[in-house]
Amino acid sequence: MAFSPFNFLVFGSLFMSVAVLEEPKVAPSGKPAVPSPMLQLKQVYKGYGSGVTRTEVLQNINLNVREGEFLAVVGFSGSGKSTFMKMLAGLENPDSGEILMEDVPIRGPSPERGLVFQNYSLLPWLTVRGNIALSVNSVFPQWGKGERADHVEKFIEMVGLKHAAHRRPHELSGGMRQRTSLARTLAMKPKILLLDEPLSALDALTRSVLQEEILKIWEEERQTCVMITNDVDEAILVADRIVPLNPGPNASLGPAFTVELDRPRRASELNHNDTFKGLRNAVTNYLVAVRMKSRQDEASEDEAPAIALPDLEPKSMSLPRKAILNSPA
Amino acid sequence: MNWRGHALKFCEVTGLPVLEPFVRLAAGEDVKEQMVGVAKFVLVPALAILVFLGLWSLAAKTIISDSATLPSPTSTWNAGVELFEMHSAQKKADREKKLTKSKEGIELFATANAYSQLAASATGDQKAMYETKARTTKERAVRAMNYIPSSAPTFVDQIVKSLQTVAFGFLLATAVAIPVGVLCGMSPWFNAALTPLIQTFKPVSPLAWLPIAAVVIIWAYSGSQPGETMFSKAFLISAATVCLCSLWPTLINTTFGVASVDQDYLNVARVLKLNWWQQLTKIILPASLPLMFAGLRISLGVGWMVLIAADMLAQNPGLGKFVWDEFQNGSSQTYARIAFSVIIIGLIGLVLDRIMIFLRNLVSFGNTAPA
Repeated sequence: MAFSPFNFLVFGSLFMSVAVLEEPKVAPSGKPAVPSPMLQLKQVYKGYGSGVTRTEVLQNINLNVREGEFLAVVGFSGSGKSTFMKMLAGLENPDSGEILMEDVPIRGPSPERGLVFQNYSLLPWLTVRGNIALSVNSVFPQWGKGERADHVEKFIEMVGLKHAAHRRPHELSGGMRQRTSLARTLAMKPKILLLDEPLSALDALTRSVLQEEILKIWEEERQTCVMITNDVDEAILVADRIVPLNPGPNASLGPAFTVELDRPRRASELNHNDTFKGLRNAVTNYLVAVRMKSRQDEASEDEAPAIALPDLEPKSMSLPRKAILNSPA
Repeated sequence: MNWRGHALKFCEVTGLPVLEPFVRLAAGEDVKEQMVGVAKFVLVPALAILVFLGLWSLAAKTIISDSATLPSPTSTWNAGVELFEMHSAQKKADREKKLTKSKEGIELFATANAYSQLAASATGDQKAMYETKARTTKERAVRAMNYIPSSAPTFVDQIVKSLQTVAFGFLLATAVAIPVGVLCGMSPWFNAALTPLIQTFKPVSPLAWLPIAAVVIIWAYSGSQPGETMFSKAFLISAATVCLCSLWPTLINTTFGVASVDQDYLNVARVLKLNWWQQLTKIILPASLPLMFAGLRISLGVGWMVLIAADMLAQNPGLGKFVWDEFQNGSSQTYARIAFSVIIIGLIGLVLDRIMIFLRNLVSFGNTAPA
């Protein structure tokens, strides 16, 4: 093991005292850079609306994803994770900066970047088989009919839904729906797999089962994969590298954490692993610290009055509302 | 799924919860529990109908004027029975008439053949005479064989005519409303262009449309004689009025259904790089089918309601004309017959509505809505 738990915690706390005060920058990845990254984000900015209603969502995103790497982006809800993923998929274009895939700028969505949607997005009028067949038929029209059918069956089997292939999404559990969604995306044979909070809508038990399955499938194919999640444990379990997304508005990426855990990993064993524990603390502490800083920034902006206000307070029998809102949770 | 599952599914999709307790009873489920269902869907409605009939009888005993009385349930029923008896008697008479005419035709054919044979063996003037006789007899025979009874339409004929009219108008409306609705839903510009027109014409009553429809149809038929066209003028005027009134619910619901297709489904289409046609047929149309059918259901209901008024005004031989004619001729049976046809109109409307619910539930991918 590269780190002892003690080292790690020290590193984490030291790091916090430095990095949180400064604007966090993207740290270079743990390993030396591979000649051409699979996916490159260069100074990407994104916001919505215009004029006074404009909100900046993401700012100055720089990121490289190597081929065969499993990258996890963790962040609080509302920090712009979904916008980030939509841009990777090509469903949204950055306002400035560029996103390159194999050195070619991304123009619109493509089956090369297979996106697994957060809410499954299965077509409710098609069966499990129909949903997977739609993507196979659309992406591989040049294949023969039998070849495509075999391909569909292969992926139904891969996610263990052979017994439910004829069912429609409303007859499936949440876990089965997400498996179908995963199979549909994997069957397109994408170069990069994009997982947008794939498990966040599932209950804890189903979630842990599916985590291991995703991990297993990934370990077989070793495909480039970017996953967004709000679960630090999940990120550590599956990823090679974890990049925190600082809370928005104006979200930016935090420093990358490399996950130095041997594969194959099993959730049950990891709970007692010191590296795992240290990493979990480091990532969690970082996220909590940046959120506190961002709240303080916001609060200080609010509290700085433009003109000096007289020190008067209206008398009220009801409780002061501000005190309730700002009371520590 | 076993037979019980299939039967229960059928009850759900057809919107007939009344059958559910009987299915469960037949499958041997708890009798006490199912009796609740029977009470709810059979006994209570039956009771309500009885109360209604009682109030109706009471009203019939009270509302009596010099010229007319409100028909009682019994006289309404009797009038209905009589209407159906008249129908079967008329059909029987027509059949017999047709049979005698056919027999006559066959005899005439035989005579004609005899004349032709005579003509073959004869010469000169006689030959010409026989040939003429053979020709005229043959013509009479053909006319007898092709005889169509020209009796007045019976009540059942009028029901059939009404159904034909509403079906024609409804299909015409659907053929216009769905493509236009899909275009409106897909293109906000197209929708913006049509919205003022749609919103203006939507609330117009059928009676206002009818003269306009009549002008167009009379213009279209100005060069032709009655009998040589495929549809009669009155039929087309009625159908066009039905069409103009039942257009709007389908149009608006289709627009809404297409415009509100889940963005996630469209994202799926974008990731798969579907072309315009594939997007339309594989994503947009299936996704908007439930709302489209909800619109069609309202349209058919409106169409059936409008048809009665349109039949009255256009003198199309349907149920509306029946009601109007009865009202005009003022026999002792008049009001009982009208009351009976009101019930029949209601029941047919109910059946049409059920059919549309069934169709909508078939395309609602599991989200069956109760009727």
